[in-house]
Amino acid sequence: MLSLRSIYEKPFKSIFSELIMQEVPGLIACEGCDAIHRRLALDHNEIALCSCCGAELERDMSSHGRRVLPLTIASLVMYIIANVFPIAEMELHGLSSRTTIIGAVASLNAQGMPLIAFLVLATTILFPLVQLVSLIYLLVSINATGHSFGLNLLVRMIQTLRPWVMAEVFLLGVIVAFVKLTSMATVLPGVALWALGILTLLLASVFSFNPRYIWRMALPKNRGKKIISANSAGAAQSTQKTVEAEIP
Amino acid sequence: MKTAARLGIVSCHHCATLWKGVKAHDRCGHCGARLYLRKPGSLNRTWALVIAACIMYFPANLLPVMITASFPGEEQQDTIMSGIIYFWASGSWVLASIVFIASFLVPLFKLTVMILLLIMVQRRSSWRLQQRALLYRVVEVIGRWSMLDVFVVSLLTGLVQIQGFATVYAGEGIVAFAAVVVLTMLASISFDPRLMWDAAEQERGKSV
Repeated sequence: MLSLRSIYEKPFKSIFSELIMQEVPGLIACEGCDAIHRRLALDHNEIALCSCCGAELERDMSSHGRRVLPLTIASLVMYIIANVFPIAEMELHGLSSRTTIIGAVASLNAQGMPLIAFLVLATTILFPLVQLVSLIYLLVSINATGHSFGLNLLVRMIQTLRPWVMAEVFLLGVIVAFVKLTSMATVLPGVALWALGILTLLLASVFSFNPRYIWRMALPKNRGKKIISANSAGAAQSTQKTVEAEIP
Repeated sequence: MKTAARLGIVSCHHCATLWKGVKAHDRCGHCGARLYLRKPGSLNRTWALVIAACIMYFPANLLPVMITASFPGEEQQDTIMSGIIYFWASGSWVLASIVFIASFLVPLFKLTVMILLLIMVQRRSSWRLQQRALLYRVVEVIGRWSMLDVFVVSLLTGLVQIQGFATVYAGEGIVAFAAVVVLTMLASISFDPRLMWDAAEQERGKSV
């Protein structure tokens, strides 16, 4: 099925450069070692590994693709709870103090640590929100119309930001801070802490979804519209030969 | 081994589509990302980031990351290590080991592995390529967990603000520490693991 994939005309690309650059269908290159593999049709939850270096080539996302939208919406709800309510409360000598995640960022900034404040803000508040909102937008618009405005830019942004979303590390940080404080004062976990715990679990599931799959979701609907021209059919044939010749 | 580079095929970094006949500055026809055979300037960039991280590693471990003012005039300064020792001495061994691994071992491990990988690529070594590929993947996964101490300090500074009794301030060490974490993460992102295999293959080609 994938070998039928042809070159799509893009409005912003000149026809001239389309003629020069040709897509090679049916193959996949390992990101770890550049070895070429034939793209296999994966069964339910199967993962294709590179036979050369052992890195993951591809994993089956068909079942996950349906689950990811509800999970993302649930994550957004938990995200809001985790950010609005205080994460912990501390009592000492009858005095109490509480903070939200934003509150911690603000007090870092007030202490003359704007860089650290920004780092915490970005990794625990800004990036997760951007990821969740853009993922919901993409999934909803793809399911409804098959394409969406800014699809390429958003998916690439989600991929680039992924290592910088650190909700699970933050959760562990909260637990460590808790234990550190218990010897010194009375600490009470806030609502946000539980929400953060659930958010971490949900995000782990959402982020196991490779956003690369969104391009696949968008493709079949494009394919109906674009008819394979004689030129690109020829290209597909010639690459088919390359496959036969080059795969050991 | 048949590599994409040898067949003149470029793989899109973002959507994994393969393209033939790519010229410089071409963009992927599917996702619009810039196409390149290998990450541009990978070795230079990674070296620069690793060296910067190594320099920051010293202030990160020597300067206090957290200053606790418990009673007027009384101040306690904590470095990364003294925080770990405090946990160990107070009997929470599990947390002591978690923080020790995340804040001390992981950054050290990352720096060592990145330097090892860089040197191996430049020496065109084909020594244990598969294990090196695995090491790189491990570094990519564990890198973010060193942010732990940054979050602990930021949470404590937010929470412990009872004037006169207990106030926690972030120390300069935490800036250096966060810099180490960010720089090593950027280093592992800018390193292109395919260079290890390219170098090994070039060497093999020469000897044949």
